[in-house]
Amino acid sequence: MIWSKEETLSRAEIEALQLERLKETVNRVYEKVPAYRAKMDAVGVKPEDIKELKDLAKLPFVTKQDMRDTYPFGLFAVEKKDLVRIHASSGTTGKPTVVGYTENDLKTWTECVSRIACMGGASKEDVAQICFGYGMFTGALGLHYGLENIGATIVPSSTGNSEKQIMYMKDFGTTLLVATPSYALRLAEVANEIGVDPKKDLNVKIGLVGSELLTDAMREEMHKAWGDDMLVTSNYGMSELMGPGVSGECEYLCGMHINEDYFIPEIINPQTGEVLPAGEKGELVITCIKKEGLPLIRYRTKDITRLIYEKCKCGRTFCRMENLSGRSDDMLKIRGVNVFPSQIEEVILSFAELGPHYEIIVTRDGYSDKLEIRVELAHTTDSFGVLQDISKRVKNKIKVILGLDAKISLESPNTLQRFEGKAKRIKDLRSK
Amino acid sequence: MVAKQLSVFIENRQGRLGEVLSVLKENKVNILSLSLADTTEYGLLRLIVNDPALGKDKLAEDGFSTMLTDVLVINISHEAGSLQDLLSFLAENGINIEYMYGLSIDGQEAYVVLKASDLKKADEMLAKKGVKTLSSEQISAL
Repeated sequence: MIWSKEETLSRAEIEALQLERLKETVNRVYEKVPAYRAKMDAVGVKPEDIKELKDLAKLPFVTKQDMRDTYPFGLFAVEKKDLVRIHASSGTTGKPTVVGYTENDLKTWTECVSRIACMGGASKEDVAQICFGYGMFTGALGLHYGLENIGATIVPSSTGNSEKQIMYMKDFGTTLLVATPSYALRLAEVANEIGVDPKKDLNVKIGLVGSELLTDAMREEMHKAWGDDMLVTSNYGMSELMGPGVSGECEYLCGMHINEDYFIPEIINPQTGEVLPAGEKGELVITCIKKEGLPLIRYRTKDITRLIYEKCKCGRTFCRMENLSGRSDDMLKIRGVNVFPSQIEEVILSFAELGPHYEIIVTRDGYSDKLEIRVELAHTTDSFGVLQDISKRVKNKIKVILGLDAKISLESPNTLQRFEGKAKRIKDLRSK
Repeated sequence: MVAKQLSVFIENRQGRLGEVLSVLKENKVNILSLSLADTTEYGLLRLIVNDPALGKDKLAEDGFSTMLTDVLVINISHEAGSLQDLLSFLAENGINIEYMYGLSIDGQEAYVVLKASDLKKADEMLAKKGVKTLSSEQISAL
């Protein structure tokens, strides 16, 4: 089901709406946000220079660093009294990034997430269990309001206490699960441990996963754990932009539809900042065009994707962003080859003998880069034959996927570092 | 009779073996025999101890990759050629040996710890032949 008529506007209608909202936003931000006005003045751009959509490229970028520099409210366009909600990122490095919502912003957010939930197959018939951590994190409350808005029954179970989560699923007849892909897999594991078969004893048919990359390998794992008939869709967002609700996959699983009446996407070359033509892969930059509290202009997401403008079979006309292939700040260049940790992760996840945690170490030996991948053994073995066979098969698969030779180091379980927020799995020890 | 061997995977990192041994020491797990085999990247430590289950639990708590493996602890006479006789007997019966190491008690009784392709069959063959093998309970009592 398509939630809003805006989702099927013609390209011309979308662009007209975007231009109108962009002009209004730039005017307002120039007037209300001194930090962004200074940036515009520094490059000599005035709000009246924005005459058509392509003039967006004249505007300066906003980065996470800008948010830190103006912590906590420096980029807000309303007074604090007009905010009705504050959220913040985990802030694993340095100060957290703070975001705020006016009453209208919460309505916008709810609308955006309602659309994404419908794309992922949700309806008012569903019992939706939200296994995202509630709190300062935007994920849980974002999905909560969106799903509630379409009439689903919400089970706000948050994260943790996995056995109880399974009990709720069984007793309340949960049909829809909101979680990170890795927590969804963990829940299936726990179910099996306590003698509940997720495929037979539970009725979870829809998975709305987010907050982590959903690789094809992960989606495959989800089907193995929860059943082949589960519709697993990923959705995308970040607190700086709003939280979840920026984009989501429909049942055709061919990229995530961006709510283009609220966000204008661009793809840039992460090194030069130059805007790339439609269809090329690069860093996603998003401009919020209907937000009051924190209307970020040209926010650099650091996520790598491409935009697809061809019409989707679902009938929605909003462009799609390909499922993420990594983050620009995570991309490594090893012996001239672009390597995304997600590619390595995909290989590791395809081995049942290995745990899902890993560490990538890049060193330089003379003029040559060396790649080492540390992985944990999922099961112990008493046989060298088995160990050598695992190393060899992982090495071969990495070679096929990346075209690079890697040293595979097997480690005991729980020796690699664990992360609660965003994982830092790369150690680049080459001197710059 | 089949006995339990404690097998521990260890990365080739300085002090890693010492860490295993200190866990065993803290928990008063006594080592009767051991074998350490390694490649350039990792090693496998195989131990016959008085309490293999305790050793495994404590090592696992400390994050070691560890397991109990079925092995045969076979009594052989303390004289030249006895090991050769045992091996020919196993070979004649189609049993392949994966690895083995020795265990001696007070310099009197000699045993060989052995992991074979078909451990159950080897155990039966030896029992039929009247060769003494030790269970984990008997080892604990040593």
